[in-house]
Amino acid sequence: MSDQAFIDRNIGLLGRISDALWRKPSMLIFLLILPPALWLGIIYLGSLFALLAQSFFSIDEFTGQIQYEWTLKTYGELFRPSNFDIIVRTVVMAAAVTIGAAIIGFPVAYYAARYARGKWKAIFYLGIMMPLWSSYLVKVYSWKLILAKEGILNWLFETLHLSWLLNAYLSIPIIGGNSLSVSVTGTFLVFLYVWLPFMILPIQASLERVPISMLEASGDLGARPSQTVRHVLLPLALPGVIAGSIFTFSLTLGDYIIPQIVGSSRRFIGQAVYAFQGTAGNIPLAAAFAVVPILLMAVYLWIAKRKGAFDAL
Amino acid sequence: MTSAIRFSGVSRHYGDVKAVDRVDIDIAEGEFFAMLGPSGSGKTTCLRLIAGFERPTAGDIEIFGQVVQGTPPYKRNVNTVFQDYALFPHLNVRDNVAYGLMIAGQMKATRQKAADEALEMVALGGYGDRKPSALSGGQRQRVALARALVNKPKALLLDEPLGALDLKLREQMQEELKVLQRNLGITFVFVTHDQSEALSMADRVAVFNDGKIIQVGTPEAIYYRPEQPFVADFVGSSNVLPPEFVAKLTGTKAHGAVRPEAVSLAAQGHAAQVKTVSFLGTATRVSLDVAGTPMTMLLPKGAVIPKSGETVHVDWAADDLHVMGA
Repeated sequence: MSDQAFIDRNIGLLGRISDALWRKPSMLIFLLILPPALWLGIIYLGSLFALLAQSFFSIDEFTGQIQYEWTLKTYGELFRPSNFDIIVRTVVMAAAVTIGAAIIGFPVAYYAARYARGKWKAIFYLGIMMPLWSSYLVKVYSWKLILAKEGILNWLFETLHLSWLLNAYLSIPIIGGNSLSVSVTGTFLVFLYVWLPFMILPIQASLERVPISMLEASGDLGARPSQTVRHVLLPLALPGVIAGSIFTFSLTLGDYIIPQIVGSSRRFIGQAVYAFQGTAGNIPLAAAFAVVPILLMAVYLWIAKRKGAFDAL
Repeated sequence: MTSAIRFSGVSRHYGDVKAVDRVDIDIAEGEFFAMLGPSGSGKTTCLRLIAGFERPTAGDIEIFGQVVQGTPPYKRNVNTVFQDYALFPHLNVRDNVAYGLMIAGQMKATRQKAADEALEMVALGGYGDRKPSALSGGQRQRVALARALVNKPKALLLDEPLGALDLKLREQMQEELKVLQRNLGITFVFVTHDQSEALSMADRVAVFNDGKIIQVGTPEAIYYRPEQPFVADFVGSSNVLPPEFVAKLTGTKAHGAVRPEAVSLAAQGHAAQVKTVSFLGTATRVSLDVAGTPMTMLLPKGAVIPKSGETVHVDWAADDLHVMGA
């Protein structure tokens, strides 16, 4: 027998705290969750609700003063043609960016999840993440230079004697313009570039979790590769695509800098919120505009869930 | 008998690693063929070569008389039961089973009826609406079986299908698989590292080691007449006697094998020191040191059990000693 006690009682304050937390694991979780919960609950959600509450007030059209009475009048204003256009334009842009990002992102993510190993995997992550390290403004202004009339893209089209093609495209109403940098197409391209990593990474994560045997089983049962993609790979990757689309869709819905720097003078929701809460001093309408992306996202997720997008989770 | 699957000098290399090294196999139609070996011995790669997931580095593979090197898996009329079952988690059990028929373009009603019948066959009728995640390991295994068999393949490939099941379920499934194979008359190619599984189920067993086939034969031949020490050791852990030992007993200088259950205590015979004694339930296993050669013997219930450290005499009948290569 050793003369040492079986339980080492020589513990300090920290030791006693550890023991107490070991006996009550729920206390530990509570202590860990408390600070972020306070932060999220009070500072973030609290201020969000304070803003949203403003949308139920209205503005006196003569005095410009906010009337603190509950009303849905401000929401009614969203349906005025000039405001409703902004919403439709933003939603169409967000949807286009999301679809474009999914189409470009899926093969990249598939390559990374299935084939890239070792060094190539590191290069993949670097390639995806590196654009995120530089300032968002730098990226957007770079694109303005690329897309400008004197920019590299125009030069490229000229060199290839394809200027007629670019000009024909730019003469198309709505998506065209004087140059790409002042067209809706330019806005789309920059959105697509800036948010693409947020689409690729979740898809890649979801594809990593699809065992190779699942794809082999599909082929074994007679499915051609295209059928395997349609019936097995896409359904299993769908949660990742949905997660990515939540990013690209909501980020596009809320952004106000990209369309301001690259694009036509036609406004997006973010610009509308910025203008109404600032110079126009119409906080209620700005708040009502801010509610739109939140509602759209809620509806989008609800539909995705109903359609079984999360069944493979 | 016609040949179902034939390998002629098939190799599969990964860089310098020879996963499969010049293998010849000839599996007859309707045969239950087991590929047995330790992990990394090339048996699963052989199965994947048949299914078409791998392409041979060298050699010819024929399935029902057709050379298939350039044929992708989806054009081969063989189906696989995967080790991890590989059931599609987003589909319910019925749609999993009907998957191959759906791909083949069958009408929804027809394929669902066929899927329900296949589920009935593996005793899972009524489970069609569940998701695979709601099933136990044994049930998933049956679904994987039904999903493969519903396509009426000419050969069924099974990659350690019972590996994840507990002992009792495994024994039950072994019997069911065997009955199923007899009734359907389909060629089964069964990969396992469990020698008792291979011996109890298969018509013929191929023993793999280091990418090569060491011995092919009936379970009895593999068990009683191993041709190499590896087979004797791996299949049912026979006692492998060194050539010098065998030379003294028989005059032939070759490795010998004696089954542990053939060894018994004797008044005279070989002096042996008892090292460990383990009670196994149906028998007692005794490890011995016979003049420097480690041996084990299995003593039946009721036999006198020696104590460890004791020196005893052991012996076996002359025809229980199998001389390899003889």
